[in-house]
Amino acid sequence: MGLGDEVQKAFCSMFPSGNCGVHLFWRIMHLILSIWYFFLWLVDMFESFLISSGLLKRYKTLDISKVQYLAIVIDSEEALQTLKVLNLLVWLAAIGLKNVCLYDNEGVLKRSEQAITEILKSEKRFKEITTSNPPLDEKGMSLEFISFSDGKEAVARAANFLFKKHYSSENKEKPNFTESDMAGALREIGYERPDPDLMLVYGPARCHLGFPAWRIRFTEIMHMGTLKSMKFGFLVKAIRSFTMVHQNYGT
Amino acid sequence: MENKIDSYAGSLVASLVSHMRRLLFRVLSTGAIPNHMAFILDGNRRYAKKRNLGEGMGHRAGFLALMSLMKYCYELGVKYVTIYAFSIDNFKRRPEEVQYIMDLMLEKIEGLLKEESIVNQYGVRVYFVGNLNLLNTPVREAAEKAMKATENNNKSILLICVAYTSTDEIAHAAKEAIEEKWGQIQESSKANGAQNGEISQEKHEGHQTIKLADIERHLYMGVAPDPDILVRTSGETRLSNFLLWQTSTCLLYSPKALWPEIGLRHLVWAVLNFQRIHPYLEKRRKQV
Repeated sequence: MGLGDEVQKAFCSMFPSGNCGVHLFWRIMHLILSIWYFFLWLVDMFESFLISSGLLKRYKTLDISKVQYLAIVIDSEEALQTLKVLNLLVWLAAIGLKNVCLYDNEGVLKRSEQAITEILKSEKRFKEITTSNPPLDEKGMSLEFISFSDGKEAVARAANFLFKKHYSSENKEKPNFTESDMAGALREIGYERPDPDLMLVYGPARCHLGFPAWRIRFTEIMHMGTLKSMKFGFLVKAIRSFTMVHQNYGT
Repeated sequence: MENKIDSYAGSLVASLVSHMRRLLFRVLSTGAIPNHMAFILDGNRRYAKKRNLGEGMGHRAGFLALMSLMKYCYELGVKYVTIYAFSIDNFKRRPEEVQYIMDLMLEKIEGLLKEESIVNQYGVRVYFVGNLNLLNTPVREAAEKAMKATENNNKSILLICVAYTSTDEIAHAAKEAIEEKWGQIQESSKANGAQNGEISQEKHEGHQTIKLADIERHLYMGVAPDPDILVRTSGETRLSNFLLWQTSTCLLYSPKALWPEIGLRHLVWAVLNFQRIHPYLEKRRKQV
């Protein structure tokens, strides 16, 4: 329509070069986005401080019974900060979470498994020696370390398992594998851990980075920011908001 | 006379809005535009409750929102749009609701094929992705007809996930890979003159094992690249068995708006966030 074209022409003529103006506007949009995130960061810092100091009543009691199994996904580059990972695990233990699965795509955490579990054990023994109160839990935290090879590649291994099982018995009929056969095959090749209820992602983006697809059908996925900037208060807030979620499971 | 002025003014405003939107998209195109966007259409029932509408009206309002959003995506230059229309888990809902949704889907699929529909306007090829055998015959036949009718379109692609769950897709892909591998072994056995029905251990363990690429080839979603952004409305942070395999390096965005309330601002916000994080996700994608 005529008027619309006129408006567009007027807009473009406002700038010496059409593309320059467009680029400028784009930069302005991203600047607004950055300012918004900076503002959110300030609010989060303040809220996290209030939560850690115990000043916010509603965070004083946390019902963690809903979090039966927790998954922590860390970007592989950030997972190299083993001390930060340990710090996070100590916080999770302090909150009372017992079953934690640590995942990173390249297997950095898997390689650090021994070091991490050793240090956590000695930390526990240190606490037993230095405090008069015995620890409330005797078992401690159960940790699972997984990587990309436990996701898509595991499904390929499960398919090979099903193949051998079906055809080696001289069965010439066409197979009719269902989801439960697949789940059974994954269990047979060693994947028996439960599906996580909650997944906390430490990295630049809210993205599960290839966590085993089979296990995250109904997992709540929350982005926690980078590992470097992790805060205890923010962790508590994320767990609390999970406990408030209601799921229909498709029905 | 007044009516004519009103309708002239109305169409002028609409045209202005459309031009402004195109300008906005031109600005956004300075940065990376997602190639594939996926949507979980969550919140139709809650919307109907919130607005005191009849239950089915929520789904209808959702459909209108879907048409607008698709139009914006294709105008922006997003080549693939995937929607989670009906999950296998949704069959567990009340039979009346399931029937209503099936009837609505049938009505809308038939509407898609009409001349003036968005599919023809934007040259959209339609795929119905999922275990289509679980659908009733009229819907399945309409879906197959729609896929056939649009197979020559190549400007943009719409993937409608019906009777779909990721775990079903993975199990189905594994089954197809297994059957294909068995067929290949049979062929090579015949060629080598070996006896039928026997698989030698060495043959299977050698180059004959099923590889990850074999499974990926048989996924229902194999017709499209992995999504760049997955949007789930209603603020829910889970994927509910949708594209779990394909979202390794996909930005997950959960606006609080209910699906029928979704609009241009949410799309723009999603794309801006995608552009912010694009270099990181590209790097991760190349590594995976």
